[in-house]
Amino acid sequence: MAALDQLAPLDELDRHLIDAFQRGLPLCERPFAAMAERVGASEAQVIERLQTLQQCQVLSRVGPVFDHARAGASLLAAVAVPDAERDRMAEVINRSPGVNHNYAREHDFNLWFVMTAADEGRLEARLDALEEELGVPVLRLPMLEGFHIDLGFPIPWAELEVS
Amino acid sequence: MSVSTCPSEPMAATVSDGLDDLDRALIVATQAGLPLVPDPWGAVGKPLGLDGNEVRARMQRMQDSGVIRRVAAVPNHYRLGYVANGMTVWNVDDAHIQRLGREVAAITGVSHCYRRPRHLPEWPYNLFVMLHGRSQAEVESQAEALRELLGDACRDHRILYSSRILKKTGLRLARRPGPPR
Repeated sequence: MAALDQLAPLDELDRHLIDAFQRGLPLCERPFAAMAERVGASEAQVIERLQTLQQCQVLSRVGPVFDHARAGASLLAAVAVPDAERDRMAEVINRSPGVNHNYAREHDFNLWFVMTAADEGRLEARLDALEEELGVPVLRLPMLEGFHIDLGFPIPWAELEVS
Repeated sequence: MSVSTCPSEPMAATVSDGLDDLDRALIVATQAGLPLVPDPWGAVGKPLGLDGNEVRARMQRMQDSGVIRRVAAVPNHYRLGYVANGMTVWNVDDAHIQRLGREVAAITGVSHCYRRPRHLPEWPYNLFVMLHGRSQAEVESQAEALRELLGDACRDHRILYSSRILKKTGLRLARRPGPPR
């Protein structure tokens, strides 16, 4: 598997950084120095490792994870379109302002996307406009309640090494 | 009904969740990640005319209010072996959904767990649970465990695998919204 090539050079320090800080890092003046102290490395080492981990996409970023629902209005939406039209419809959705995710899924509702806007009024307006352009009803599934525990994921280091 | 200083609709209120122009500018400046330098706060603040302490205080405030869930090293789970994911949707008895939603969210492999509205008759599902596993078989066994946990409170469920990612970008907050009407 291609990903393993990239993961091969990960060592103790890399793993320690990911395991220890995927659920949060201190918002102190010198966060990378604080991380360094915790993992027994220097600040420069930590910064260099984080850069490398980002470059090989083991980390998608080091930074804030925003709650989309609180930083603007957003909504999960779906449409059911004929398979033959799916790609064309997907293009229309992707071009539509405010769409930030779009997945084809195996169901009658076969296109699933997230629509965002600065506020609720604009969100509805965008969905109405898209609905008209697509010519099919858009299933609107706003989040009513979020159940968050955020345990992070146990990274299967041992399994990744095999092969 | 709402007055300009205090929008009363719950969804509109999220927009003005105590965020001002500078907070929005900070979201835009950090949503793709912090600069990996010894003083990331100072580096982020400089073009905005803020010093590092002010940036840090604002980030802390956004974290306290829930706009920021956490500031973290964010792993790319796909790269780390979680190659299978399934959006599972469940038709759960409304009387028990809060208790069950919390229990479901605590299960390993669950990244998101949300209550959403049903749209009958075509869409009877009110609980959305995103599952991540190292294989499709693992996702299926997670779903099976969920079904057992939900028991009689669940009438029906589906696993919707993604067959293609057609677009994926992070949060994009480009402009400040206008004042509420």
